[in-house]
Amino acid sequence: MEQTVTTANLDATVAALGDAVNDVRVFRDEVTLITTKGRVVEVLTHLRDAQHFDMLTDETCVDYLPKEPRFAILYQLYSTSRNIRVRVKVMLSEYDRSIPTAAGVWIAANWLEREIYDLFGINFENHPDLRRIMMPPGWEGHPLLKENPVKVEEVAFTFNRERVEADKPRAQE
Amino acid sequence: MGLEQKLGNMGVVTMSAEKAINWARTNAIWPMLFGLACCAIEMMSTQASNYDLSRFGMELMRASPRQSDLMIVAGRVSRKMAPVLRNLYDQMPEPKWVIAMGDCASCGGVFNNYAVIQGVDEIVPVDVYVAGCPPRPEALIDGILKLQDKIKKEPLTKWQ
Ligand code: SF4
Repeated sequence: MEQTVTTANLDATVAALGDAVNDVRVFRDEVTLITTKGRVVEVLTHLRDAQHFDMLTDETCVDYLPKEPRFAILYQLYSTSRNIRVRVKVMLSEYDRSIPTAAGVWIAANWLEREIYDLFGINFENHPDLRRIMMPPGWEGHPLLKENPVKVEEVAFTFNRERVEADKPRAQE
Repeated sequence: MGLEQKLGNMGVVTMSAEKAINWARTNAIWPMLFGLACCAIEMMSTQASNYDLSRFGMELMRASPRQSDLMIVAGRVSRKMAPVLRNLYDQMPEPKWVIAMGDCASCGGVFNNYAVIQGVDEIVPVDVYVAGCPPRPEALIDGILKLQDKIKKEPLTKWQ
């Protein structure tokens, strides 16, 4: 049966990490370790080597716009030998959108970090190949940031139809 | 039509070149094999035996734009795909037509966001729009018949 890091073995994990982990949250048996950007690589390397979290299933970002710190980088880890999961979370400030890369810990982080860079504009320090991966190469901006509008085109109703149609770009033969 | 009186009943039909050419074009449209999203599934079933598009002279889906006359844009077009789509359109030999199949290709559909072109008419000229999400094969066939009516009326001077 699949289980997450349980409270029984959690204490040992947290104790081994010492003050690198600021906070531990347990919600419905899901464990989140909260750490800082300066020590995240150390925490991830420890989890991989000493705790056998050999698989990075996902790495993603959340934009909590009005709040500060604004961004959260999340690492979802899985241990194939122990069949348990854990999440590592790092908060990032709006004014310092950079974090050391995890591509040296799991190679899977390479493309996941490119995706975060592409959509959120987070800079991964020492990343081997930080280029856009989803959007076209000439794209300007980072589309999943919350300051972007949700819609790109005004929805046409009877009262504004003519204006919307007039603004619409049309193809030539 | 003065020829019959002179030649007798020899089975000769006379008509304008425009009509003859349009008749030939109408009944041998080769669509391009080009599915982009979920609508492509309906395009495939339109093609398959239940609905059988070959009844209308379209049994050949060509995998190359250089051999096709009709581009059925079946699905949403992402902004990254847009230059590719235009490139394929430019590679098709004239005469050529475009059907925007489904809400996404016609106007962006439910995807009013940064990633999807708000209607494929922003990048290629569209002849027939087929509504629906996805349109049933009957709807696509209706769109194709509408296109055939349109081709029959086209002046020869349009494609030079
Ligand atoms: S119109 Fe509907 S079925 Fe067709 S591509 Fe868009 S979402 Fe998919």
